[in-house]
Amino acid sequence: MKRLATSLAVLLLAAGTAAAQDKTKACFIYVGPIGDFGWSYQHEQGRLQVEEELGDQVETAYLESVPEGADAERAIERFARSGCDIIFTTSFGYMDATNKVAGRFPDVKFEHATGYKREHPNVSTYNSKFYQGRYVIGQIAAEVSETGQAGYIASFPIPEVVRGINAFLLGARSVDPEFELKIVWVNSWFDPGREADAAKALLDQGVDILTQHTDSTAPMQVAAERGAHAFGQASDQIAFGPETQLTAIVDDWGPYYVERVKAVIDGTWEQSDTWHGFAEGNVAMAPFTNMPDEVAAKAQETVDAISSGALEPFTGPINKQDGTEWLADGQKAEDGELLGMNFYIEGIDGSLPQ
Amino acid sequence: MIEAILLSVITAATPLLIAAMGELVAERSGVLNLGVEGMMVVGAVAAFAVAKETGSPYAGILAAALIGALMAALFAILTVWFVTNQVATGLALTLFGLGVAGMIGEAYVGFPGVSLGAVAIPVLSDLPIVGRVLFDQDPLFYFSILLTAGVAWFLFYSRAGLRLRAVGDRPEAAHALGLHVNRVRTLAVLFGGVCAGIAGAQLTLVYTPQWVENITAGRGWIALALVVFASWRPFRVLAGAYLFGAVTIAQFHVQAIGVNVPSQLLSALPYLATILVLVLIASNRRFTRVNTPAALGQPFVPDR
Amino acid sequence: MRLELERRPRIAWWAELGAPLIALAMTVVIGAILFAALGHPPLRALHAYFIEPLSEIWSLHELTIKAAPLIIIAVGLSVCFRSNNWNIGAEGQFVLGAIFASALPILWPSAAGAWVLPAMLLLGMLGGALWAAIPALLKNRFGTNEILVSLMLVYVAGLFLDWLVRGPFRNPEGYNFPESRNFGADAILPEIISTGIYGGRANYGIVVALIVAVIVWFMLARTLRGFEITITGASPRAARFAGFDSKRTTLFAFLFCGALAGLAGTVEVTGAIGQLRPSISPGYGFTAIIVAFLGRLNPLAIVVAGFVLALSYLGGEATQISLGLTDEITRVFQGVLLFAVLASDTLIRYRVRLTRPHYAAKETAR
Repeated sequence: MKRLATSLAVLLLAAGTAAAQDKTKACFIYVGPIGDFGWSYQHEQGRLQVEEELGDQVETAYLESVPEGADAERAIERFARSGCDIIFTTSFGYMDATNKVAGRFPDVKFEHATGYKREHPNVSTYNSKFYQGRYVIGQIAAEVSETGQAGYIASFPIPEVVRGINAFLLGARSVDPEFELKIVWVNSWFDPGREADAAKALLDQGVDILTQHTDSTAPMQVAAERGAHAFGQASDQIAFGPETQLTAIVDDWGPYYVERVKAVIDGTWEQSDTWHGFAEGNVAMAPFTNMPDEVAAKAQETVDAISSGALEPFTGPINKQDGTEWLADGQKAEDGELLGMNFYIEGIDGSLPQ
Repeated sequence: MIEAILLSVITAATPLLIAAMGELVAERSGVLNLGVEGMMVVGAVAAFAVAKETGSPYAGILAAALIGALMAALFAILTVWFVTNQVATGLALTLFGLGVAGMIGEAYVGFPGVSLGAVAIPVLSDLPIVGRVLFDQDPLFYFSILLTAGVAWFLFYSRAGLRLRAVGDRPEAAHALGLHVNRVRTLAVLFGGVCAGIAGAQLTLVYTPQWVENITAGRGWIALALVVFASWRPFRVLAGAYLFGAVTIAQFHVQAIGVNVPSQLLSALPYLATILVLVLIASNRRFTRVNTPAALGQPFVPDR
Repeated sequence: MRLELERRPRIAWWAELGAPLIALAMTVVIGAILFAALGHPPLRALHAYFIEPLSEIWSLHELTIKAAPLIIIAVGLSVCFRSNNWNIGAEGQFVLGAIFASALPILWPSAAGAWVLPAMLLLGMLGGALWAAIPALLKNRFGTNEILVSLMLVYVAGLFLDWLVRGPFRNPEGYNFPESRNFGADAILPEIISTGIYGGRANYGIVVALIVAVIVWFMLARTLRGFEITITGASPRAARFAGFDSKRTTLFAFLFCGALAGLAGTVEVTGAIGQLRPSISPGYGFTAIIVAFLGRLNPLAIVVAGFVLALSYLGGEATQISLGLTDEITRVFQGVLLFAVLASDTLIRYRVRLTRPHYAAKETAR
């Protein structure tokens, strides 16, 4: 009986795989639950967009909450073996695992988000210029704040986060040269309890605007409770603070995912290192809400200027925290410098955790 | 500002206090339930789901209490009646609870929840400073304080409490005196489950009104530590919970002021303190005899 | 009606063997019901969960990677649990072992040669043993509860690791990401068969696990020390008559258990991970407790139990891909399995009877 059942099941499975043979299979690995309403949620939206736009040509699959480390390599390998043609690994911590598996499966394309290692010709990396959005929300914060202070809930002192903090301060100081920033590190990407506690601590310290580089909606809720303002992270979080959210930096991975999967279908996929921003549609701002019209109009102008290339947030003169010159007047930062940024700019108090 | 800080310390401490108080009663009866985390997380998801569906946070609290009791009943049947190993069964309960909660919660991720608002107590809430901190709070805070006083009274001033302690200290003697050891233990475990469930409800209705996987983030284990830290005395649990809460909040304030202390060291302090307290109470034999349930963790099978 | 337990005078060998199998069967049945309730054909789901991961060579390799740490820790726990020492802090000892072992390639990256790996394995055992010595010494000296002390130390160990990889042990070329440098080739546990049709990622960790299981089985079954451990746990009074020092046994059991947990941690970082990260264990130290009980504290049975639990991890992943089920199912399965194991254990040790209240009252009065 048991044997019969087993062979039946095998048959069913075989039939299932055969039908799927001629489709291109795109697979996604997420570090958090797809319901985090932040980082992983946005990648999942990208996957759904691939399904929607490419329809019958593709088949997709995903694994959520895959821990970085030993389990990641197995998860990626499982995908590579299960017929995936292109695998998106969507967290920095998957970097080594992605490259290791890529070496073993030269026919499968690998796309690693936010990393810098491309050890094999079938590995691409991609990221978005979120700092462009950070500059815009910095400006808004300085316009809206009454106390002249914003609180920043940060995750880990990696370049991505440090860059965001610096861009935020640049934006704020372009409006109010005295603007202050208080930073709290929660050492986690996603921990609603800790993020809420950090948000409360910051508000108790006198800030009236919160921004975060962590993924949960808890800070938005705390700000709503306390009557402060906040910026959404990764996705539009207006539902969690209808009167609180000023705007949100929205990660839109859809266009990139569609483009890359299409390239696999057409056979034109090539290794690349992509760093797109407003202009390409990878970073977008949620509607400007809960602020005066002229502030919203100005914010939109900034977005347009960055988008057209007329404005680059990291343009000199900018000094490092200790007062030494980093960029001379008019000099623009190079991508390489930004990607490895590990210092605060002048005007930020406290030292970068080392 | 002091007021606001106290408020956030209280919010952080309340779930620990409620869960620990339930575990204290269970341990006093001689049952060590390591499944607090599991019961708490199931309570959290139940409270969120029911509050969302019905629109009433109180219905959510009720649901959390019920499902906490249900989980505890599973534990009681196995450990008390089937005399399974309490340590292993408790761990199983935690794993099971985390898994079940994640499955139920899948449909509820990413939605704002129903928040249990503050209820001001007339007159008292107008007092300076303490008024807002102590008398303009969510009902679960009041509940946690009443619970502490109630448990303290029950354990040390009521007949039933005396029996419960007897069962936890010397089950054989209690049995010889005609007490139903296993019935008392079952009830104590159920009480622990109800409390853990309500503590979970506090997380999804007050602390962060939303549901995400692993929302308890180890708070159930901290509650366990608290019971020991407090040497099984209710008011010391209260003090301990606020100490834990204060440490949690302090690490962020210290950072926001701009002082650099490794946050891990601050986070580790409560655990190290618990070990120290364990040593101190264990090395004082008279104290140990008075406070530690002597039969903690030992199943009871009536000899016939 | 009430439940009454009566200790069986002796336990038949087939009951001893059958209990875990019954527990496993119960879990599968509950699993089938669960899958059906979630709207998936139960047979297909069970197949995806329990059979699919075993049907491919590479997946079997992965199974050994998952099983090795579980087996090594659980074998150590069997020594602790048999002697009635409730060490539930193996997770912390695992982490400390990994830290001690990793210190060598991290602080001395140029170290090379065949001696590096053995040195790391020894360091790892030392680290685990030292961490486990704390609850043992406190228990012996002050009579503190070892369950709680060992549990507290799990958290301290985790935070210590977290601090290390964000501070002193952080990779200087790693863009501030919280992870150590990758270990050099001499600090990596080699793969058994890395290429060819039978190739895969499996490393010598599983061989270490099997050797450890056989050695400990021999120690427990055939040596005086093993007798001492078992007798101390089963009947402390008899142990005292036999002249065994229970404090010495406690210390020995904890050191042994901790050393093995540390060894498991070393196998994990030198094998599957290859560096130190903020989190190096998906709860192996706790899952190993299930393994130890499923294997009924017998080191050879623990080997089988370790593979069963390892399969539960892989199965969870497989169902997530092929059926789109949440990964939470793994934890539900593990919890149910442990419940079933514990309950069936009681059923073979005791005769369970339902009795009427008045009869029971008479019994009690007697």
